[in-house]
Amino acid sequence: MTETIRPPALDKERTDDHPLSRLKLIRWSDFSLVPVILVLMVIGFIVSPVFLTSNNLISVVQQSSELSLLVLGQALILICGRMDLSLESTIGIAPVIAMWMVLPGEGGRFAGLDLLPVWSAIPLCLLVGLVVGVINGFLILKLRVNGFIATLGMLTMLRGLQIGITEGKSITDVPESFRYLGKTDWLGAPAAVWICLALFAIGGASLAWLRHGRSLYAIGGNPEAARAAGVRVDRITWIVLAIGGVLAAFAGVLYTGHYGSVAATQGNGWIFQVFAAAVIGGISLKGGRGTLFGALTGVLTLQLVVNVMTLGGVPALWNQFLNGAIIIVALVISRFASGEKQD
Amino acid sequence: MNQAQAPAAGAPAAAAPAVHAEGIVKRFGPTVALDGVRLTVAPGESHALVGRNGAGKSTLVSVLTGLHEADAGKVSFGGEPAPAFGDISAWQSKVACVYQKSMVVPDLTVAENLFLNNYGLDREGSGIGGRLISWRRLRTRAEELLAEYGVSVDPNARAKDLAVEQRQFVEIARALSFGARLIILDEPTAQLDARGIDSLFEKLRDLQSQGVAFLFISHHLQEVYELCSTVTVYRDARHVLTAPVADLAKADLVTAMTGDAASSAADWHAAHAVAPDLTVAPILTTERLALEGEFDPLDLEVRPGEVLGVAGAAASGNTALGEILVGMRKATAGRIAVRDRTVRPGSVPDSLDAGIGYIPEDRHLQGLVLDRSVAENATLTVADQLGPWGTVLPSRTREFARSMIASLDIKTTGPEQPVSGLSGGNQQKVVVARALARAPSVLVALRPTAGVDVKSKDSLLGVVRRVADEGNAAVIISDELDDLRVCDRVLALFHGRVVATFGSGWTDRELVAAMEGVGENR
Repeated sequence: MTETIRPPALDKERTDDHPLSRLKLIRWSDFSLVPVILVLMVIGFIVSPVFLTSNNLISVVQQSSELSLLVLGQALILICGRMDLSLESTIGIAPVIAMWMVLPGEGGRFAGLDLLPVWSAIPLCLLVGLVVGVINGFLILKLRVNGFIATLGMLTMLRGLQIGITEGKSITDVPESFRYLGKTDWLGAPAAVWICLALFAIGGASLAWLRHGRSLYAIGGNPEAARAAGVRVDRITWIVLAIGGVLAAFAGVLYTGHYGSVAATQGNGWIFQVFAAAVIGGISLKGGRGTLFGALTGVLTLQLVVNVMTLGGVPALWNQFLNGAIIIVALVISRFASGEKQD
Repeated sequence: MNQAQAPAAGAPAAAAPAVHAEGIVKRFGPTVALDGVRLTVAPGESHALVGRNGAGKSTLVSVLTGLHEADAGKVSFGGEPAPAFGDISAWQSKVACVYQKSMVVPDLTVAENLFLNNYGLDREGSGIGGRLISWRRLRTRAEELLAEYGVSVDPNARAKDLAVEQRQFVEIARALSFGARLIILDEPTAQLDARGIDSLFEKLRDLQSQGVAFLFISHHLQEVYELCSTVTVYRDARHVLTAPVADLAKADLVTAMTGDAASSAADWHAAHAVAPDLTVAPILTTERLALEGEFDPLDLEVRPGEVLGVAGAAASGNTALGEILVGMRKATAGRIAVRDRTVRPGSVPDSLDAGIGYIPEDRHLQGLVLDRSVAENATLTVADQLGPWGTVLPSRTREFARSMIASLDIKTTGPEQPVSGLSGGNQQKVVVARALARAPSVLVALRPTAGVDVKSKDSLLGVVRRVADEGNAAVIISDELDDLRVCDRVLALFHGRVVATFGSGWTDRELVAAMEGVGENR
């Protein structure tokens, strides 16, 4: 017998009233990366005095913001027990299609269609993300094809579509609304950072306190059990895939606005970072486990390491090698810090 | 014991027991799974090992097959001490176990399964030729092997296309080809129909005459009497008795297993001969409900306070009926209604709204999200009632879960404990809690007591009875006679047709006969 016996009725009063008992309910494994981040900050401080300046830290979180939105979308999808590789192409194709629709046909380096007014660029961009997510959902949930390969195909196809539309060139005539979101500061920090934090907070709150949010864990943990309990598994999964697409498209808006252009390779190769950050942050690739807070700490850990390396003067040619090595080290650290097997 | 051990003491070379285990102790952390047990199986003997859940049968099987190392005690095969722990191929040459779960690779052919990872390369010897698999030779050898043991299975068939008993023959043949002379059968008849059981038993007797010994683990005592010559009973990790089957009355065997005289009736048994009150409107009705290929059109009426049993063996279509009632599957024809409200076919949410609660057959498949907490699992069906505007308030969830834990007596450290840490019986109670959470007016339970111990079984069936006694309806779909004892009325399904209807006063023989399609009241 594995259970320990404790009469639930007797403990009722105490557990509810005592404030310390609330602490027991917290899953500390979700915070396993916080000490890692603190250690990284100490190392950063030792490596370079520039590290702890607000300019540097703000630029770290600014750079994290787009990646973190992809991780947010991917985390939700992973908790549902699915995966979506095409997010990294959505971040590029969504702004490109939006601009293609709104930019004038002549004058700029990139010839648009001038079909719609300029203000509609952001809604259009999000709509593209939504459509991509819905198509993914259709392939995975209606046609029941393998989700990994379907979204891999989508990744390649959308990348190709972007290159076809832009003829492989960068677009530099970015609409003002994009620029605003990418460049403005609110309360001393970039708007993008606030928006990301707000979206993570909304996502985290939905997972904790909304009925449909909570059902994601049930769907990812055991879809048949969720179905038997009356959860509309396919519908919710579909919605989550669509939300993932929208978040990726929004990340595209922020990224484009921040750098003032869309490169043909925008987002290329990001999906590996996205998965790495999610898994380091304690999200299970098998579904049903993990928190958004964990995912966020995963993103920050990866970005801090890159920042510390840059400040430490690591030659740029070695960056990719170290990046990969760090993902593996971080994975091992988070595996043992949380005490949970990653699968 | 007497019969089996006598020859071993006299002339060990001539008739050393196929297996002899003495003083086996096995602990898992604080749990003692085996407490100094013994077992002796003579060559060519068919020996039954019985006991309730948790008696230590499966642990002994693990020890005997070299999967677990005993903490104390000796095992010997044919008079020789058992191989060193971890030497898998040496163990394979002594003993093999045919598990309930199939151990063949479904997409490979029978021939390949027979020689899996042992393609005869070392035997064929040296050089490059010996490193490549010769498929032709493999098939020939498979044919020879199957013929040797009289198994009529096509070696080129895919393992997944075989009938269950044929698959078991293949596993037995594979074990024998390694040289094993002791085969352990773990609940081999659980997934077989009557014809399959006959054919399996015939084969076993046949092999027995060739000197193969069997250790037969089963819950079906009738089969023990049919097949075995000696029976060993374990209870609570201890050896209770070993005796020739012929000398042991069934009641004594049951007493040995349970430790006290088998109680004749529990309080959840249906009261006898309460005529259904036909003036009361039924809660659950079905009209010409059918699923093509599974069961024929069926009219059901379940009245308040009534528990309806639908009995049937594996292919009878009763599982399909249950899953249709709760919306997991869609019927091809007919209508389900709860209190005159038609339920949308194939929609679980609508069934829940109509007041149908569901206790699924396999708690790991449809019942539980193992990683999540007791509270979350128990409130999965009522997530819309735990807070305003689609929110789920943790405090309400915990409160709700606590009341469920108290009322169903779930043994847990608290609502936050992950379900994976509970014992089987308590996990099943969480599944029941989930079904009861919405206060259903119809409770549909599929094999609700599969894999739980006797005490949990009593309390689970007690819950079903209580739900009905509170003026609701309940449907139990099962082939377990104990599950059906709670029912006021039992329909026996055979190949998709109702072949018999019983009141609460049926005898085991009548019902089993009806389920097996040999009933007289067709």
